[in-house]
Amino acid sequence: MSDFTLPEDKAGRLERCSVFYTEAVPHNHALGLRLVDVAASEATVELPYADFLVGNPETGVLAGGAVTTLIDATCGTAVFLKVGRLMPIVTLDLRIDYLRPARPGISLTCVAECYRMTRQVAFVRALVHQGDKSNPVASSQGTFMKLEE
Amino acid sequence: MSTTTPTPLLADLVREVRKTREYRKLTDAIPYTRYMGIGVENLAGEMLCRMTYTPKLIGNSLIPALHGGSLGAMLECAAVFELLLQTDTERVPKVISLTVDFLRSGKPQDTFAKALITRQGRRVANVRVEAWQDDRTRPIASAHALFLLAEP
Repeated sequence: MSDFTLPEDKAGRLERCSVFYTEAVPHNHALGLRLVDVAASEATVELPYADFLVGNPETGVLAGGAVTTLIDATCGTAVFLKVGRLMPIVTLDLRIDYLRPARPGISLTCVAECYRMTRQVAFVRALVHQGDKSNPVASSQGTFMKLEE
Repeated sequence: MSTTTPTPLLADLVREVRKTREYRKLTDAIPYTRYMGIGVENLAGEMLCRMTYTPKLIGNSLIPALHGGSLGAMLECAAVFELLLQTDTERVPKVISLTVDFLRSGKPQDTFAKALITRQGRRVANVRVEAWQDDRTRPIASAHALFLLAEP
């Protein structure tokens, strides 16, 4: 399974992980998610504002469900980066705290860090912001599990 | 788009749908639920939420399995619709926190969910939700959500 190992260089890792934001993961692609940055165990993904994702037509605020997908996808990518390899994983649980309402018309950015990886389980935390990391929209914590091995 | 009548205020629509039970009018008025194919149906006298399967809901195309985000979204929507249609809240409740447990992978088929309001106070409501596909006794995901009921 050595061909699933992520390259050492940042550009290579970004390119390899970007496959999860194309037709390979239909729901990420449908929502317009874009992997914008990667680090050792950290992924940054952007969700551009779109009218079809609005959850409250009176305020234009994006639906919580779209934010859930953004967080789930970013956390999963952080796990791959921590392990250094692409492998089948599943989300065990995800908790999201909404810290303030998101402003309509502005894209959302999620930064997720896989801060602990055991043999089978990965622990991830994430923040969602709209350009200012010190004023986040949501904070999240999740656990993921390797499907095999 | 050939919409001729202006969109009524959501609160008016909610009040109307509570009486007529034409749930589709409400779920179609929200862009995200219309896009996701998430609706409310009266099945055997019970109000259930249904997410109609489409390939865009898939997360892992190899298995294939529904995206964790699709399932989380559906559970949250089921909770919101339960609060909107079964209580007398006037505005769309705001989610404070949502915890989702993923129990089994979601197959590429329609998914159902039932929300239960476990506590409704003046300002906050606690809701539990379960989602299943073929067998209601084998849920594929469950959630616990806390909502802020809109101030008058």
